[in-house]
Amino acid sequence: MFAYILRRFLISIVILFFATILVFLLVTSAGDPLALLKSNPHTPHSTILAREKLLHLNDPLWQRYWDWFWGVLHGNLGQTIAGQPVAPQLWSHLLVTLRMVVVATIIAIFVAVGLGVWAAVRQNKLADHAITVTNFVLLATPVFVLGLVLKEFVAIPINQHVGTTIFYTDGQQSPTLSGPFLSRIPDYFGHTALPALTLVLVTYASWAIYQRSSMLETLDADHVRLARAKGLSRRRVLVRHVLRNALIPVTTVIALDFAAVLGGAILTEIVFGWQGLGQWYVTGVTTLDVNIMLAYLLVTATFVILFNLIADILYGVLDPRIRYA
Amino acid sequence: MPEPARENFVMEAPGEVATVEAGAHTLPTASPGVGLGGTDAYGLSGEARSQWRIVLGRFVHQRLAMIGLGTFVLLGVASVLVGHFWQFSYTDITNNLNDPPSWTNPFGTNAIGNDMFAQVMAGVEKDMEIALTVAAMATLIGVTIGAIAGYYRGWVDSLLMRFVDLVLVLPVLAVLILLSSKLAKQSNNWLGLAVIIGALSWTYVARLVRADFLSLREREFVEASRALGATNRRIIVKHMLPNAIGPIIVNATLTVGLSIIFESTLSFLGLGVQPPAVSLGLLVDQGQASATTEWWLFVFPVAFLIVLILSIFLIGDGLREAFDPKKSRVRA
Repeated sequence: MFAYILRRFLISIVILFFATILVFLLVTSAGDPLALLKSNPHTPHSTILAREKLLHLNDPLWQRYWDWFWGVLHGNLGQTIAGQPVAPQLWSHLLVTLRMVVVATIIAIFVAVGLGVWAAVRQNKLADHAITVTNFVLLATPVFVLGLVLKEFVAIPINQHVGTTIFYTDGQQSPTLSGPFLSRIPDYFGHTALPALTLVLVTYASWAIYQRSSMLETLDADHVRLARAKGLSRRRVLVRHVLRNALIPVTTVIALDFAAVLGGAILTEIVFGWQGLGQWYVTGVTTLDVNIMLAYLLVTATFVILFNLIADILYGVLDPRIRYA
Repeated sequence: MPEPARENFVMEAPGEVATVEAGAHTLPTASPGVGLGGTDAYGLSGEARSQWRIVLGRFVHQRLAMIGLGTFVLLGVASVLVGHFWQFSYTDITNNLNDPPSWTNPFGTNAIGNDMFAQVMAGVEKDMEIALTVAAMATLIGVTIGAIAGYYRGWVDSLLMRFVDLVLVLPVLAVLILLSSKLAKQSNNWLGLAVIIGALSWTYVARLVRADFLSLREREFVEASRALGATNRRIIVKHMLPNAIGPIIVNATLTVGLSIIFESTLSFLGLGVQPPAVSLGLLVDQGQASATTEWWLFVFPVAFLIVLILSIFLIGDGLREAFDPKKSRVRA
């Protein structure tokens, strides 16, 4: 077991290394960071040359990669085009995004498992049909559409009806927010509720569909029939013999879906005006800020590889039938 | 749609867990052209029927899937007809600014006087164009890579699959935003858009086909055709692919739906389809500011976008059931 985890860990590091090369090639091919400057006929030639030198644009590609990679190894993510260090910006935006993603993922797991189990137990009954249709509609709704609909047709009418702002639709917190942590909680809640709800609704649907089919598969297994024949109660069979086994594949699916959740977070942040990682990245892309794009893709790739590793290990821990080859 | 059965493990009870994997099943018929006779729910006659007739028979019996197919065909035909015969073209600028829905403009008009009905239908047409191109491209690439990896195994397989792993490490949307930012500066960029979405959408089908091919290559009919002197190419194309066709078609359908989601997302961000061309994502973006005042600018594009994607997912789900009915058996 330990040798297996160690080997998976080492493979993950190799993948991460190749990912840095891929990321670097993608980002440097995105365009010329000085295109805007050059398009202005009044820019003095000396300025362009100075900027090129500052951003190392004339160095060979492998040299630029190596400089960046060496910096990353030493915790230095470089500077933005505006000349500020990237790392502090990255951490502050990451915290904002994680607040939404962690809350949404935890809620989505409970909703998905709950509804998936319910639909499977009531297979082909009204509850099953209602849940399945809802899941499909949510699956077919792009994140930004859901966010906009919740914002325009749920949050704003409710706020108008009540007369005060319960659901904030712009920003991750009020700009003037201060005071002790406890007194800030209502403000955090008002700002987080809708974006988190958006992310929950688009994320849980595919997991719930998966949980349902996994449950149906297990309900059909011989050991379940045996457990019922032994005289165990329906409830006990459902929880101990069915759900426990049905959760195994779902767990790994949830861990592997992390990249998709981060993708969804980009849109949620843009719709709700959060100054999070996704918003930061899109700004980086539009201004062709190489170090911002690199930092974002590096961090997300690291997270995805980490969750792949966790999925692999969890799969083995949860399912004792698995031998480590 | 990630795959749960991870290749890194050896299962002691492979049958039980492997069946959970979405769509990765071989067809009930081992060799193409031989009918199943009386083994499926709708064909008790015992007369020989082709694999396709059986699948079709199961598909048409599903109400939701047929509704999905009907909606999709209707939207496709209507978008082409409206483009040719409707009194307004989506580029026409009239003097009716921000008019609510009426008999002349059933979906109203926008701030510069475009007829919204023409705009929405043009958006549907553009979305379908892009999505079908993406699905064709992604399926072609994915099937080729998956088939080569699964058939030849060894270092070819390792190399290709490690490459797939590498592609999957980056969030698709983030890479799409990066690649499309360059395209967004050109008008009429839909083909380029389709190419980049397609270039990132083939990984799942590649894994699917590889997994199928790994088991198919050990089957007797493959051994038989090899003994008869068939070339590798002939074995792959004539004998193995027809047996893996179910999951491939189901996945291609889902890719159509997913690529509409990706395209509309990029268009919403201003990185996708560029004006004067329209797509539903672009219309949603243009309509969002007036969602509560000029509701018709927002509600119609949103409704058509969701209905279009939903219809495709329903078709895909119906096809999955039709190709693989054992997943939906009623429990005793």
